[in-house]
Amino acid sequence: MFIINCPYCGERDQIEFSCGGEAHIERPKQPTELSDDQWAEYLFMRKNIKGVQFERWNHIHGCRKWFNVVRDTTNDKIHAVYKMGERPPIK
Amino acid sequence: MKNKYSFFALIKNAFSGHENWQRAWRDPEPKKEYDAIIIGGGGHGLATAYYLAKKHKITNIAVVEKGWIGGGNTGRNTTIIRSNYLWDASAGLYDHALKIWEGLSQELNYNVMFSQRGVMNLAHNLQDVRDLKRRTHANRLNGIDAVWLNTEEVKKFCPIINTSPNIRYPVLGGTLQRRAGTARHDAVAWGYARGADEMGVDIIQNCEVKGIKRNGDTVEGIETTKGFIKTKKIGVVAAGHSSVIANMAGLRLPLESKPLQALVSEPVKPIIDTVVMSNAVHAYVSQSDKGELVIGAGTDSYISYTQKGSHNVVEETLRAILELYPIFSRMKMLRQWGGIVDICPDASPVISKTQVKGLYFNCGWGTGGFKATPGSGDLFAHTIANDEPHKLNAAFNLNRFVSGDLVDEHGAAAVAH
Repeated sequence: MFIINCPYCGERDQIEFSCGGEAHIERPKQPTELSDDQWAEYLFMRKNIKGVQFERWNHIHGCRKWFNVVRDTTNDKIHAVYKMGERPPIK
Repeated sequence: MKNKYSFFALIKNAFSGHENWQRAWRDPEPKKEYDAIIIGGGGHGLATAYYLAKKHKITNIAVVEKGWIGGGNTGRNTTIIRSNYLWDASAGLYDHALKIWEGLSQELNYNVMFSQRGVMNLAHNLQDVRDLKRRTHANRLNGIDAVWLNTEEVKKFCPIINTSPNIRYPVLGGTLQRRAGTARHDAVAWGYARGADEMGVDIIQNCEVKGIKRNGDTVEGIETTKGFIKTKKIGVVAAGHSSVIANMAGLRLPLESKPLQALVSEPVKPIIDTVVMSNAVHAYVSQSDKGELVIGAGTDSYISYTQKGSHNVVEETLRAILELYPIFSRMKMLRQWGGIVDICPDASPVISKTQVKGLYFNCGWGTGGFKATPGSGDLFAHTIANDEPHKLNAAFNLNRFVSGDLVDEHGAAAVAH
């Protein structure tokens, strides 16, 4: 449980948000040409990082907009928040 | 040879003030090489080593554990054991474990305090009733004991439940598995550790794995805080940290790790002599032998390795507990803790080979791995020893995420993910 700084609404409690998991997973451009292995990679395989992770969040009980968060999963500290389509502010 | 625990041993040791009991397991330094290494000294890992030594006669094994044995999810769960899962594959897997539980204390010569006090799952709406009745039928077709109870029978079986039709989520009935129950979680780790150690397994605590050495498509050993250890077979049983180990080997798994919480109340006199679970309102409760109510809460909805969990999750669970059991309204909660659970997309585990030869994973048990400890160890040992899965864990391979042959047990997993 922590505070998330929604880029549209400002600081709100984490329970107002819904976590969408790992960010920057691109939907395959040619879905019909994908092998079963590639589909499995896209749909199911995750980095599940212990440490600094890039992830998607939705302000589900607020503006309902999606955005990205950089969070350390070992202590839940948030390093950065940025909008969809923007480049991550840190590597 | 270890001294056998018995009534006579207890009397004999009483004469010397209980100061001459043997150590239950050694504290060895790692050798340079082992035939197999198990990463993770929890219940599942220790059971794997135990069955590898006992059934497959592979005794040159090390179990490496970064903390102390049983200090992870084995010592953090709510100790519920049951096998009332929906699909045939899961029924086979969990009931295999339940059958081993029934003779485990005798087999290990260690009292794991297995208590078949029954587990009741409550239904609070019509869909719950349909789902649970369907699951009862599926269980019985698979030879697993399960009965449907109506509201009056629920009340009779556990009189402190509020069965008033006027509450927000009224009790419309429930299922009961009488062979289900609880066990003492620490004793399971200790019993398997003692048994494995006696057969020559080295249990190496405070030894963290830092890397997996691969040579192309085979494994060569592990880098640890106690140096490099050579081996041809590695069984990873690292629960919430499975992905961390997988990343070391250059693999990705279909897992997300989240904190799951539990809490216990102050100890009181016996008040609830069974286990009651409720999916819909997310409350489950039993009473430990010490008298504490053991309450399981839900997972946090985001990936985290913090081993604590959020306050609002506890609050939701206690709200549901209080509506179902008004008698607990003035009880105080003593302790709360979290464990990191690794959850698969289909809420079923993975006991599988990987594309790397000699590297095996036993993971994805999510919120309900404790119940499967003996069966999981047995089947994982079989998979490692024969380089082939046993027929009971064949469905739980990693390839199911490629083939699409998932084993969806979200309904029976009992904790909302």
